[in-house]
Amino acid sequence: MSALHDLSLRDAAMRVRRREVSAVELTRATLARIAATEPQVGAYLTVCGDEALAAAAAIDRRVAAGEDVGRLAGVPIALKDIICTAGVRTTAGSRILERFVPPYDATVTARLRNAGAVIVGKLNCDEFAMGSSTENSGVGTTRNPWDGTRVPGGSSGGSAAAVAARSCFGALGTDTGGSIRLPAAYCSVVGLKPTYGRVSRYGVMAYASSLDQVGPLARDVADAAVLFDAIAGHDAKDSTSSPRPSRALAGSLEGGVRGLRLGMPREYFVEGMQPDVERAVREAVRVLETAGASVESVSLPHSEYAIATYYLIATAEASSNLARYDGVRYGLRVAKPGSSVGEMYAGTRAAGLGAEVKRRIMLGTYALSAGYYDAYYLKALQVRTLIAQDFTKALAGCDALVAPIAPTTAFRLGEKTADPLTMYLSDIFTISVNLAGLPGMSVPCGFDGDGLPIGLQLIGKPFDEATLLRVAAAYEGSTEWRQRGPRL
Amino acid sequence: MSAQMEAVIGLEVHAELLTRSKIFCGCSAGFGAPPNTNVCPVCLGMPGVLPVLNRRVVEFAIRAGLATGCAVAPSSIFARKNYFYPDIPKGYQISQYELPICAGGHIDVVTEAGTKRVGLTRIHMEEDTGKNVHDAHAADSLVDFNRSGVPLLEIVSEPDLRTPADAGAYLRTLRSILQYLEVCDGNMEEGSFRCDANVSVRPRGQKELGTKVEIKNMNSFRAVERALVHEIARQEQALADGERIVQETRLWDADREETRSMRSKESAHDYRYFPDPDLLPLVVDPAWIAEIRRTMPELPADRRDRFEREHGLSAYDADVLTQRKDVADYFEAGVGAGAPAKDMANWTMTEILRIVRDEKLDEALVIRSWPIGPTQLAKLIQLVATGAVNRNTAKGLLPRLRGTDLDPEELVRREGLAQVSDRGALEAAVRDVIARCPDQVAQIRAGKEKVMGFLVGQVMKATGGKANAQMVQDLLRAALAESS
Repeated sequence: MSALHDLSLRDAAMRVRRREVSAVELTRATLARIAATEPQVGAYLTVCGDEALAAAAAIDRRVAAGEDVGRLAGVPIALKDIICTAGVRTTAGSRILERFVPPYDATVTARLRNAGAVIVGKLNCDEFAMGSSTENSGVGTTRNPWDGTRVPGGSSGGSAAAVAARSCFGALGTDTGGSIRLPAAYCSVVGLKPTYGRVSRYGVMAYASSLDQVGPLARDVADAAVLFDAIAGHDAKDSTSSPRPSRALAGSLEGGVRGLRLGMPREYFVEGMQPDVERAVREAVRVLETAGASVESVSLPHSEYAIATYYLIATAEASSNLARYDGVRYGLRVAKPGSSVGEMYAGTRAAGLGAEVKRRIMLGTYALSAGYYDAYYLKALQVRTLIAQDFTKALAGCDALVAPIAPTTAFRLGEKTADPLTMYLSDIFTISVNLAGLPGMSVPCGFDGDGLPIGLQLIGKPFDEATLLRVAAAYEGSTEWRQRGPRL
Repeated sequence: MSAQMEAVIGLEVHAELLTRSKIFCGCSAGFGAPPNTNVCPVCLGMPGVLPVLNRRVVEFAIRAGLATGCAVAPSSIFARKNYFYPDIPKGYQISQYELPICAGGHIDVVTEAGTKRVGLTRIHMEEDTGKNVHDAHAADSLVDFNRSGVPLLEIVSEPDLRTPADAGAYLRTLRSILQYLEVCDGNMEEGSFRCDANVSVRPRGQKELGTKVEIKNMNSFRAVERALVHEIARQEQALADGERIVQETRLWDADREETRSMRSKESAHDYRYFPDPDLLPLVVDPAWIAEIRRTMPELPADRRDRFEREHGLSAYDADVLTQRKDVADYFEAGVGAGAPAKDMANWTMTEILRIVRDEKLDEALVIRSWPIGPTQLAKLIQLVATGAVNRNTAKGLLPRLRGTDLDPEELVRREGLAQVSDRGALEAAVRDVIARCPDQVAQIRAGKEKVMGFLVGQVMKATGGKANAQMVQDLLRAALAESS
């Protein structure tokens, strides 16, 4: 029998419900796995072992009492450290919040707990989710479990790395421009960015409010669906969350792709792509065709403006969202006795925020400034509409789009840190999906010559996560990529 | 101000709304709680929290808009106003900018020069800030976030006002309207009704506006008028001296009676307004507006006109009695209980409102404890009108009736205060006084009419103040004529 930490999330939960294994045993096994893998991976910023064991014991008591403890019964889950957990520090990967302990749970945290999940720890990320490699974390370094010299992707790098390392049964990340999908691809796990408004943002530290969305990272498609079901749905605390009812999807992944129409955006197969990546993605499309899907070429003509548009809108919102980290009420405060309030602001933010965060705050502040607003921010909003219309048109004749997640596989630690623009291009295939508010997904679709994972991207219609999961499940079932794991 | 010059004034009012909870969270919006007790993660600007709009705030804004002839926007936008200050927890204030909920209204203001229509540019919703507290500790400043997120309406007038007195009249009228609507208690001292002024001067007849100066920190109607008087004089003098007016913000110092420069236009904030991505555009259902319109109360101007028309009051009396809804209600309750309108108006204005003002009972939006109830007052007035008691006795009864539900008529009976109108009893008293005061009688006969008052007073004294004064006069005259 395989080790407990190798069970799928579904199996683990089922065994807890059947009292074949206790939540405490699962949690201990996970804590042991964390201890074994962390020296190589560094996915966790906080491991809350005591709280997790107490929560697991409570689940076991409820199971013993015959209560229904939920779909995630006793399963250790970890969260990107930008998602608030009551009583457990939440840093956003920033020195400015290094000691911040929120007194409240994010809605997604509360929903996972309600479904019986055991929160086992908090996972590293780029500071305030700004980055594509997790190297912008001010709190820790995370390595790709497949190759310790490589980045795990970002910004939800800790989430993808922990799931790949099997040091949790599933994780939540956030995706503002690709931050779930890119690390999922780089680490060979499944990542789902839901439709904007499908999952509550309450209690998730905001980077770019109109783009941020929480989603699951999991070992396979069915596990991702279980996590998605647990967190999706309207939340009265988030005015941008959709009132549309959310249908449970975990039980309906079996439909296959026969008769589905898939579109391949021409603009997503570009010069300079790593040949192994293009080959793997085209091969994945052939697999889907073989399984009965029809594939056609579609066009997203405004794709070339996506990066520029994103870096105006996201930074503008960020410049405002991050203003609250001022040293007045919580978090780091740097002030000498007798210094003015202005000196306190400057000292605190200079010391507490990293270079990339400062760069984006400055970009966004500039984009919103008097005299520049129309030329930058307003123009970006207009282009955003055009980009969204591209998808509406492309998806009018298709059920979903298939594309690569990124032009390359995981790059080396330090390789792009000196050149932010090159780093920004890592998100070139994922960023438009956020601008259009659509659901997007990454499914493992192979490895390059160096044994580094490659991800297949699926893009769906608004609120049609069902089709994405169905296509992903069909593809996953036709391939053996998920049998492979990193050597740790 | 010189006859060749005129001032141009526009006012921005911030009215704190009387909703039970704050605009974007469920915390109490009440005033006076211990510091930082009406707070939660949302109004403290903790990481990751989100605003949820309080529908009642929208209703109040629509009420204010309908009462002032504004157009209510079918869709309006909340925007972020970005700036750093310790009392603003998110680093931005959620307000409205390009698309406010109401625009294009007006208020008719009664001024010395007649009724003047003042345009309203806009009414928008926003959240209040916290409060910095500097006094308690020497080294540190403290911040109280109880007020953070309390809903405000910002009501912006057109630059239609020309004199400080007009500005005062506008503010009183606006406050009266908001009080009638029960959306704001209008208390300037407590800061629930705040006013900033924009003022410039220009030669009379010139169309272009002069350079405007914004004045802040005016904590009473009087302060607004005083500050405007001073600022207009300062600008006029500056122009007369050949100086240029600098666009800036100035603070009113009530103790020194002067405005002081706070910041110039160059150092003004760039607020970087943009639509708040955490809030959807606010779409208002026309059916809801219609529903609110149906439940609108009669407004002060309408009531004033009606009081003149229905109750035959003078314009002045009608104005005084309708400034506050509760006072107008009081007056009408008394009339409804049978008091003649003129008498009820006089008694309310001279007796009741004096006590109300002296004891500051009008600081609350609604006067909860009247000195005496309107029905009691009406009965008292009727006792005077029917001659059951005289006016002085009635006034003397007011303190006895305070805080009681005594029937004035019963009190009069119990205390034996009924006016003595019994001819026989009064004739005896008159005869007695004439007999006792031969000197005064002689003076009257010599033409000194004034001495008559002395004799009346003697009769009143003899009857314990209860005599019907008019009868006493008549009987005295008759007796003097008889015995001459």
